[in-house]
Amino acid sequence: MRTKLNNRAEFQAVQAKYEAIHNSANRKILVCCGNGCVSSGSLKLYEEMKTAVKASGLKCVVELMEEPEKDAVNVKKTGCIGFCEMGPLVKIEPEGWLYTKVQISDIPEIIESTIMKGEFVSRLAYRNSGILAKKQSEIPFYNKQTRRMLNYCGNIDCESIEDYIGIGGYSAAVKAIFDMTPEQVVEEVIESGIRGRGGAGYPTGKKWSQVAANKNADVKYIVCNGDEGDPGAFMDGSTMEGTPHKVLEGMIIAGIACEAEEAYIYVRAEYPLSVSRLSMAIEQATEMGLLGDNILGSGKNFHIHINQGAGAFVCGEGSAMTNSIEGNRGMPRAKLYHQVDVGLYGKPTCLNNVETFANIPDIINHGAAWFKSVGTEGSTGTKAFALTGNVNNTGIIEVPMGITLREVVVGIGGGIKNYQDFKAVQIGGPSGGCLTYEHLDLPLDFDSLKSVGAIIGSGGLVVMDENTCMVDTARFFMNFICKESCGKCTPCREGTTRMKQILEDICNGEGTMEDLDELEEIARMMEKSSLCGLGKTAANPVLSTLANFRNEYEEHISEKLCRAGVCQKLSQKVYAINAATCIGCTKCARNCPVEAITGQIKTPHVIDASKCIKCGTCMEGCPAGAIYIENGRKGNVKY
Amino acid sequence: MVKVDFKLIDKILERYDYDKGNIIAIMQAIQEEYRYLPQAALEYVAEKIGVSMAKIFGVATFYENFSMDAKGKYVIKVCRGTACHVRKSANVLEAVYEATGLSEGKPSTEDGLFTVEIVSCLGACGLAPVVVVNDEVHSKMTPEKAQALISELKAKEGMR
Ligand SMILES: Cc1cc2nc3c(=O)[nH]c(=O)nc-3n(C[C@H](O)[C@H](O)[C@H](O)COP(=O)(O)O)c2cc1C
Ligand code: SF4
Ligand code: SF4
Ligand code: SF4
Ligand code: FES
Ligand code: FES
Repeated sequence: MRTKLNNRAEFQAVQAKYEAIHNSANRKILVCCGNGCVSSGSLKLYEEMKTAVKASGLKCVVELMEEPEKDAVNVKKTGCIGFCEMGPLVKIEPEGWLYTKVQISDIPEIIESTIMKGEFVSRLAYRNSGILAKKQSEIPFYNKQTRRMLNYCGNIDCESIEDYIGIGGYSAAVKAIFDMTPEQVVEEVIESGIRGRGGAGYPTGKKWSQVAANKNADVKYIVCNGDEGDPGAFMDGSTMEGTPHKVLEGMIIAGIACEAEEAYIYVRAEYPLSVSRLSMAIEQATEMGLLGDNILGSGKNFHIHINQGAGAFVCGEGSAMTNSIEGNRGMPRAKLYHQVDVGLYGKPTCLNNVETFANIPDIINHGAAWFKSVGTEGSTGTKAFALTGNVNNTGIIEVPMGITLREVVVGIGGGIKNYQDFKAVQIGGPSGGCLTYEHLDLPLDFDSLKSVGAIIGSGGLVVMDENTCMVDTARFFMNFICKESCGKCTPCREGTTRMKQILEDICNGEGTMEDLDELEEIARMMEKSSLCGLGKTAANPVLSTLANFRNEYEEHISEKLCRAGVCQKLSQKVYAINAATCIGCTKCARNCPVEAITGQIKTPHVIDASKCIKCGTCMEGCPAGAIYIENGRKGNVKY
Repeated sequence: MVKVDFKLIDKILERYDYDKGNIIAIMQAIQEEYRYLPQAALEYVAEKIGVSMAKIFGVATFYENFSMDAKGKYVIKVCRGTACHVRKSANVLEAVYEATGLSEGKPSTEDGLFTVEIVSCLGACGLAPVVVVNDEVHSKMTPEKAQALISELKAKEGMR
């Protein structure tokens, strides 16, 4: 049980104590226990690490309740460090070394070499084209990022309020409570220019001022949207499980600004880890008197409750979420009123996204000018993205708004996997669109993306290589949306069903050119007459692939060809060697990155179509021009 | 058919103050216990908190996660989120269906061993494609790995 802090001075004393501990030269072992690394077995690794430290005769501290002795080793459980694909990750402080793909069997060596002797285990280091990187900051994936909102994620123990306080946590909430009026808080947030990170990009300060304007309401609510419905984005989940206290602190500040005392966090069903870490954080903050009644003796109250979703994408929409929290079917409501005036239980409600809240403490601590110092004029600050798909480095990244797509895909993502060609990036999930080669130098911000028919959305960035079929991608999203349409209004219910059918036909080689016109027509109808954002934006992936890759749709329809080889019922492009002209020089076999080519010297070579990844290297290098592309069917191509 | 322990339901109801507004949380707690929503439990809840069965059914059927049918001993969740999709999770799903003899229309085996569910993003996209068996995550899956995984489970259950 933690001691309750009764006033500001007591808080400051505690903060000074943990700050000193945080800055002490004690050895720290940080084991990443974010969702990705947990999937790779890091919870066991963490437990074994603690046991091993103790067994080796060292003093081991886990919880920072008391000051550790000088030679004690502090084993911590952190949130996502960001580089999930290389997990489980282990960081060693104070050196800042990063070990990748750490297994339980590696623990003895880490203890013996690193902890006992201070030596680096190069075997566990990350290597980038052969170059060894000792520290996180030496890895291109990290040093091209600007980690602000996620600055603590992966650096402190995600289950310890002491760690958070020691690094400066809750000082912004304390400042807002004691030094600022609600109006000043709202003013600072407006001045920062921050726009909502949940998709629509609505100015956060403006929303807060609208809720605050309801002076006579007896109850007001703050709601945190942790539904993260975009199927392929996990920034909000990483944030909730990696720095739960930062989200809570942002919500407390919103409570001060809007003069609200009750709050809910609505967490997606698939994130049990977020739920448990947030619950733990709420419990700890309540014990210390930073949540609950009469916070630090200020007379201000704030209560946070957690609601777990039950698997309905549409509940990410504000009025549907309201219904769900109230215990109803999560269907959107017709917008007669605005949520800021009539929201949850009919009261003024401030709904913001997880990442939006997690940005607030730094705005209050460092000021609006600091916040605006990165980003663009219309889109200030940084944005977290979930970088996934066919890139070399996947994971959670945080970059200044306005960074170009090229910097993200090439600079941070390390380019396309397996030497394939870049084809497109799908951004904004099922309501978003795709960006292509010609958009590589487009700045990623709210307005630039809108101008090309895409949206930042929540921040899913899926990189697709040339083996991705764009028609299939459109079908994939439509399939998802069709399943998730709540069915309340006809345009969305019928429109998504029909669009899905058409896309399926096209993928099966049964489409017609008229289908393309019908797709566009339905899209327009849905955008105009759907009740909620789900239906209004549902056609975006279709429209945007049609705009950028119409040729692929046409190939599917008139040539029955899927150039990516994804649509099984259609032909695909295959590489083949003409036995009559091949001189058997073996060059292609040596160059092929996947060893798909075989043959004896001076005899014709053959390509195994099932192994070939269609990189084109062989064709480029063949001195006899014997390699060609033909349309064939998967599986039964013979040479 | 499982036997519903009404004392346990009472405890859950108590935890949620017998409040109608908490119906979703109550059903989640029941499902956590039985891995589906037994009809008898829902009837009991309806009576205790004073809502109609129609309302309870309405809520339960709206949300994807609630199941009115008993699930298999092994619940295999195949992620079909975007990140997993571009890394060919469709083929993994196909392999899982083939190995279990199940399909989208028939999610559970008669022997009560397997249930196959499609989910959208489990938050481990960096390790796509992802398959979860009960609570254990299997990352970077391929059709071959999926088949091997199910054979392993079958072997464990003494099946061939
Ligand atoms: C179908 C649909 C799904 C949505 N899903 C989410 C979501 O998962 N997370 C989120 O923060 N906002 C989501 N939104 C946007 C919210 O309605 C709302 O605009 C947002 O949470 C407001 O917070 P912000 O201003 O901080 O961005 C969704 C909207 C629609 C129409
Ligand atoms: S647009 Fe779709 S999801 Fe939204 S209310 Fe209508 S049917 Fe439901
Ligand atoms: S490079 Fe050309 S000529 Fe040489 S073996 Fe390959 S196909 Fe034949
Ligand atoms: S295109 Fe040629 S070099 Fe490339 S994978 Fe196929 S056979 Fe190998
Ligand atoms: S979960 Fe460990 S790096 Fe993302
Ligand atoms: S898309 Fe499968 S884990 Fe995210």
